[in-house]
Amino acid sequence: MADSPMIKIKDLNKWYANFHVLKNINLSVQKGEIIVICGPSGSGKSTLIRCINRIETHQKGSIHVMGTELTPKIKNISAVRRDVGMVFQNFDLFPHMTVLENLVLAPCWLLKLPRKQAEKKAMTLLERVQIQSQAHKMPGQLSGGQQQRVAIARALCMDPKIMLFDEPTSALDPEMVKEVLDVIKQLARDGMTMICVTHEMGFARQVANRIIFMDGGEIVEENAPSEFFTHPQWDRTQKFLSQILD
Amino acid sequence: MDIKIFTPAPDLPPPFESAGVIGWLKDNLFSSKTNGLFTLIAIAFLWKTLPPMISWAVIDATWSLTPGNVSTDKTGACWTFIFVKFRVLMLGLYPENLIWRPVLAFLVFGTLCLATVFRLLKTRILILAWLFLPLPVFFLINGGMGLPLVEQSLWGGLMLSTGLAVVGIIWSIPIGILLALGRRSSLPVVKAMSIATIECIRGVPLITILFMASVMLPIFLPQDMNINNLLRVQIGIILFSSAYIAEVVRGGLQAIHPGQTEAADSLGLKSWLVTWLVVLPQALRHVIPSLIGRCVALFKDTSLVIIVGLLDFLGMIKASVQDPEWLGYDAEAYVFCALVYWVICFSMSQYGKSIERRNQW
Repeated sequence: MADSPMIKIKDLNKWYANFHVLKNINLSVQKGEIIVICGPSGSGKSTLIRCINRIETHQKGSIHVMGTELTPKIKNISAVRRDVGMVFQNFDLFPHMTVLENLVLAPCWLLKLPRKQAEKKAMTLLERVQIQSQAHKMPGQLSGGQQQRVAIARALCMDPKIMLFDEPTSALDPEMVKEVLDVIKQLARDGMTMICVTHEMGFARQVANRIIFMDGGEIVEENAPSEFFTHPQWDRTQKFLSQILD
Repeated sequence: MDIKIFTPAPDLPPPFESAGVIGWLKDNLFSSKTNGLFTLIAIAFLWKTLPPMISWAVIDATWSLTPGNVSTDKTGACWTFIFVKFRVLMLGLYPENLIWRPVLAFLVFGTLCLATVFRLLKTRILILAWLFLPLPVFFLINGGMGLPLVEQSLWGGLMLSTGLAVVGIIWSIPIGILLALGRRSSLPVVKAMSIATIECIRGVPLITILFMASVMLPIFLPQDMNINNLLRVQIGIILFSSAYIAEVVRGGLQAIHPGQTEAADSLGLKSWLVTWLVVLPQALRHVIPSLIGRCVALFKDTSLVIIVGLLDFLGMIKASVQDPEWLGYDAEAYVFCALVYWVICFSMSQYGKSIERRNQW
């Protein structure tokens, strides 16, 4: 079991009505691996990672997350979601709660942790993303970069084994991108298994074990960063890289 | 090298014509020619109407508490009429010797209102109090459990109006929320039933519902099943109001970005918790103004119960005006009636504003 992959996706297909969004996706992610998914918009990257915690449902193929298959009949989807943290493009913090309340919500209601204990843990996480001084503010009072760091801390609150990032920096001002990427890099150094959809190629080159390039709902190319950037195998990848890198 | 020292310029008062009373007048009443014209028209109108109104209602009015020394030569209002009829207007025909019971009920209810407005208790306790206090208050007024019974046909006046409104509001908000959630449910049966309920009730005027509840329902129900008139009317009011509240709440639910639900789902929260903790609080915050609007409307709509023979506050006003001993006091009666309704409705909307201010984020 030790070597079985954290995530195993086999022949995954998904349609929105008649639109075929994902076509025969095969992907497996080992423990501690960091995967970056890139590609033009509409290529199905976000849809793919949203299938992994079943915020989107698939019609064909199979997804196993830590040994559990995601099927329509799945009883305990919330247990799977607990192990898979997710960070969204638009942060999606709960605006009617303070930063601290955002973080303790799930531990208090799901794990039934006593409030004090949950808050203590939340503060450690806020410290980890260097935002502990803002704990009692409302999300609306924070900058975009700060909000996204809070969102990361919120996802970490349930001690997930896998983290999914859905374009975590694309709604941010350029000067705030770095503070968010630094937090994600730190997580990567700590050995978190993660899949990150992003256009930040510098970040991808630095931390990714593998880069996946998607277009038209298919995985076009999958390679180690060094190979991916220097010797792209497909013309489509080459064209994408030349557009995004200069 | 010479360093120049910076001294800030002294603060000067603003120019004479843009500050104080004159500044305010200029900004608000005479900011343009049209605005100035309207201001003058309004002043002229008030000049003509206000003094006669004040002299009728206050200066020339009769204020004596007992009818003994009412002089008929005064040209103003005769408030003695209101004082004499006060008990009937407030409590209807409730027996005079048992009057301490509704008075105590009013005191309990008033205290709870004050505690709510000034937030003297925790929100959780306040909600519980509003949910459970109506029951003992009901027994206090109705009798039972040792107290002599008072027949419900004797209840009336403002007591009946506020009673119907308070119970109506307390029940119709949760039912309305459930209907709104049901209408957005993914279960087809629940959804269809919610839509049917909401649309059927909204398609019918309140008068018709009250009439059905009071007159038609007893015909269809089995002989031995006897729900009293007041309860039937109360249920009619609750159903009517909850259909409207459901649509108000649905508007709020639709305003919540799907990302909120997805974020809560991704934490592993069960779907009812997502609704309860994340979606509903935000949705309700969005609809406070229209929700309070519905509550005010419900309170005023209780005056329609007169068509099924219940004498609420307005009904008692009408009845008092027809008292042969006190003919000709219509103006006093209706001015008083309007004033009471206005004070209650205005307080409700002010309270609504204060919850809005408290829940800004």
